[in-house]
Amino acid sequence: MQGSTIDTAQSPLNYPSEAGGHHEDHPDHRIFGILVFLFAEGMIFAGLFLAYLTFRAVTPVWPPAGTPERELLLPGINTLILIASSFVLHRGDTAIKNNDTKGMRLWFGITAVMGAIFLAGQLYEYSNLEFGLKTNLYASTFYVLTGFHGLHVLFGLVLILAVLWRSRQEGHYSSSSHFGIEAAEIYWHFVDVIWIILFLLLYLL
Amino acid sequence: MLAGIALTLVSLWYGQNHGLLPVAASNEALLVDGLFNTMMTISIGLFLLVEGVLIIAIFRFRRAKDDTTDGPDIDGNIPLEIVWTGIPAVIVLVIGVYSFDVYSQMGGFDPNAAGDPAVTQVAMTGEGEYGAPLMNGSNPHGGHHHMALGIGASPEKAGQMADLTVDVMGLQYAWIFTYPETGIISGELHVPQGKDVRLKLKAQDVIHAFWLPEFRLKQDAIPGRDSELRFTPTRAGDYPVICAELCGAYHGSMVTRMYVDTPEEFEAWKQQQIASRPDINEVIASLDRPRTDVDYLTPYADDMGLEPEMLRSLHESHTGAEVLTQSL
Amino acid sequence: MTQVDIPASVPAQSSPHAEAERKWTDFFTFNSDHKVIGIQYLVTSFVFYLIGGALATAIRTELATPPSDFVSPDFYNGMLTLHGTIMIFLWVVPAGAGLANYLIPLMIGAKDMAFPKINALAFWMIVAGGALLLSSFWLETPQSGWTSYPPLSLVSGKVGEGIWIFSLLILGTSSILGALNFVVTIIKMRVPSMGIYQMPLFCWSMLAAGLLILTGTPVLAGALILLAFDLLAGTAFFNPTGGGDPVVYQHMFWFYSHPAVYIMILPLFGAISEILPVHSRKPIFGYRAIAYSSMIISFLGLIVWAHHMFTSGTPAWLRMFFMIATMIIAVPTGIKVFGWLATIWGGKIQLNSAMLFALGFIATFVIGGITGVMIASVPFDIHVHDTYFIVAHIHYVLFGGSVFGIYAALYHWFPKMTGRMMNETWGRIHFGLTFVGMNLTFMPMHELGLLGMNRRVAMYDPRFADLNVLCTIGSYILAVSTVPFIVNALWSWFKGKLAGDNPWNALTLEWQTTSPPAIENFEGVPVLTTGPYDYGKTNEALESPSTDTPVLSS
Repeated sequence: MQGSTIDTAQSPLNYPSEAGGHHEDHPDHRIFGILVFLFAEGMIFAGLFLAYLTFRAVTPVWPPAGTPERELLLPGINTLILIASSFVLHRGDTAIKNNDTKGMRLWFGITAVMGAIFLAGQLYEYSNLEFGLKTNLYASTFYVLTGFHGLHVLFGLVLILAVLWRSRQEGHYSSSSHFGIEAAEIYWHFVDVIWIILFLLLYLL
Repeated sequence: MLAGIALTLVSLWYGQNHGLLPVAASNEALLVDGLFNTMMTISIGLFLLVEGVLIIAIFRFRRAKDDTTDGPDIDGNIPLEIVWTGIPAVIVLVIGVYSFDVYSQMGGFDPNAAGDPAVTQVAMTGEGEYGAPLMNGSNPHGGHHHMALGIGASPEKAGQMADLTVDVMGLQYAWIFTYPETGIISGELHVPQGKDVRLKLKAQDVIHAFWLPEFRLKQDAIPGRDSELRFTPTRAGDYPVICAELCGAYHGSMVTRMYVDTPEEFEAWKQQQIASRPDINEVIASLDRPRTDVDYLTPYADDMGLEPEMLRSLHESHTGAEVLTQSL
Repeated sequence: MTQVDIPASVPAQSSPHAEAERKWTDFFTFNSDHKVIGIQYLVTSFVFYLIGGALATAIRTELATPPSDFVSPDFYNGMLTLHGTIMIFLWVVPAGAGLANYLIPLMIGAKDMAFPKINALAFWMIVAGGALLLSSFWLETPQSGWTSYPPLSLVSGKVGEGIWIFSLLILGTSSILGALNFVVTIIKMRVPSMGIYQMPLFCWSMLAAGLLILTGTPVLAGALILLAFDLLAGTAFFNPTGGGDPVVYQHMFWFYSHPAVYIMILPLFGAISEILPVHSRKPIFGYRAIAYSSMIISFLGLIVWAHHMFTSGTPAWLRMFFMIATMIIAVPTGIKVFGWLATIWGGKIQLNSAMLFALGFIATFVIGGITGVMIASVPFDIHVHDTYFIVAHIHYVLFGGSVFGIYAALYHWFPKMTGRMMNETWGRIHFGLTFVGMNLTFMPMHELGLLGMNRRVAMYDPRFADLNVLCTIGSYILAVSTVPFIVNALWSWFKGKLAGDNPWNALTLEWQTTSPPAIENFEGVPVLTTGPYDYGKTNEALESPSTDTPVLSS
């Protein structure tokens, strides 16, 4: 510690003269916390993806012989909807930064609808697939990966709906205070990115 | 300085004379022992150094009762830190290269044994009904010609066929040895001394690990994958065969013996086995009787001074019986 | 050498918040104060330590004789599974989290953790997960070892295995939430005057451990989810009968569970780095080297997992890569050990209980470290893998390392936590019994493993009987050794000699407030005037730092 001195009669602590520091602004660590948490979430998916790739690598024929063909049209549309929803959601974030609560509500509302369509589309796909959870290793990984991701979409949807619910109250969100909106947006983007990887692995690769 | 010399001498002596390992029954085992002795030498040196410094410090640098002052203000020494970073780095590098060499000489890099094979696809038993993998009957190892895992041929024997191949099947809680050339099925392993032996390991139900302590060899037998161990026993005698991977309640009793016979003894044993091949129903009847813990200890009976004849019967559980039925 | 003399009480400390007094009931509620949570963690995990220890004693009783004669072999496997799971997930990991919770905010001058409610949630999840795991005693014990390898784990009892999986998912989530707090708090909430290189080394090691938890634990969760599907829904991810691959589980499991040993040892590395300088009155030797080595261990810890699988389904090139990576970890670990030795060398050592355990930590941990390099060597590991040599190694690292470290930390920070001193005589007796018991229990296991005794067995070859008797005697000594500690801790908590704020004359921030600290820790924002380890520094040295001590100057 250059430049610091120890007075042997003094404590190594100096309290600032204007004691009573619990009035100072609490810097907000929540966004950083969410990023750290999403890193951990991402590691679950990373683990599952790598497990999937390993199964793929060690199985002679992949997908295992007898796996029914799957059409790409519906999942493709679903993917486009989910990707587009991220951009829509971002407009909501831009709106609140201009103190435009109404605009934010509109964009968030549209995102919620798009998310719901995605989930419905996925359920529709499940009900029309010719294989079940236990048909073979590919089918099992397919259901578990998409299902686990679907849970995350659902949670993201709940976050968005919560933002909409809270924004009924005038001035709950403003250009200077909109943690909930940012949190929902970060989470939604995360879910989106995971889906893109998942789509590449499960459908296209 | 004197202490350093003494420390080196003690380490060198102990590294060669620790007497901690069981007898080495193959040349490969001797290689591993050489590696262990080297590591032991370095370890003892390091151990004595650290503990010595600790003990000396405790006695030399104790605070006097009425001394309330601080110690000297020394908070680092870059050259010293480089030394104790560099020397361990060199040591582990040397051990790493040495280990690599020993592994290579043992046959660890035999491409016919060291690859990572594809998992064999197992036939479905009906949509979604896998149930327990136990006692499924069908041998999950189809006719794939994929490579196995484990220790293969040593470099000088690379590409050659082994003198003797034995199929080893691990199941709860026994090893079953099948000699494909003669059709002998046995609960004990007999191999001829001085011959190149190849064990093909499979597992029927859960993961087992085939361990020969006197040969310093171990390899997991994994259901759905083949693995192998290849070695040349040089010392006649009988040695324990142990399952080293937790495989269920009676894991501890999954033990048998491996007999390294002289070639003549081995031939005699083979003839006797072929001649007295017991009626399969008898074998199963003897296997199917209810078992007690005492039965599970029979593998150890010779250590308790019992007659070896008492060990002759196989000692598998019901699982063993069913598998035998299928494979015979 | 002038002495850094700290008056017993820091500026006229009346409790900053006289209106908010600590009540004893706080310790039994969903309280969000990090100090309450820290103590909740420590006490809870110690209770689990006693349960895990009772299981260990029962295991050793079974192993006192070769046949399976004390409990049934099924129950034996249940005991060894629960012993491992409890000791790892309910004792060492949460005890480290407890120390971290208590100490991090105090050490960096913060009022609390970044997310106090999440912090409290993380603690209560330990209670829930632990209770769930213990319920298996009455329902069905999990019997496939703490590693729970399929296919065995899929066929040895659905109820027990299911309890094990869900308990671990809860405990893992708790661990992630805890780590989230540690990392954010350490990075974001230091007092403005504390740069990253003025941070106590305990914070460095918790930062390293936190990053490991955040990276590794989710992968374990992924493995457990897949295992749960195999077990309960009948999929076949890890079941070869359905085309699955049990080796994939091993990779995912060890991707967390190898870093787990660093998650368990790093907090104590940090604690030792705090304790040694205080009780030898000398600065830590090589601050930056020790700080960086924590981060290097954390990184390397992520790329060595397959050394647990040298006899499993791993190809030769993979075995070689993981052998080299594993051996390299010895280098940063060595840096720490040598740094500690250089710290006490030439100091003024006070051999109190905390210091005894800290020195005992070095003495025993070094044995675990040495055998660790040995078993990293593939040819040798092929011989000793899954034998008692491994059991000996892991206990030298986790008992001789982590548990000694936890005891050292408890003796060291007990005065801060309770405001009272622990009894020295009983502390020394505790150390003596633990040290002797530990070495007697685990030293002979090295030889057992080399000779051919496999681990996780209820019955064994009678030729191993003598050494096993030694181990069992040692384990009984260990069991007894906890008694003086418990009595001492309980008695001292209420009746011990008053400690004052800074009984050890230590320099880190946590000692500069009251003991026990007030609810918001400090009055105002503390400002650093010394480094954490500036023992023996004269005024002149501090004003014009000599060039040969670059380590602490920033």
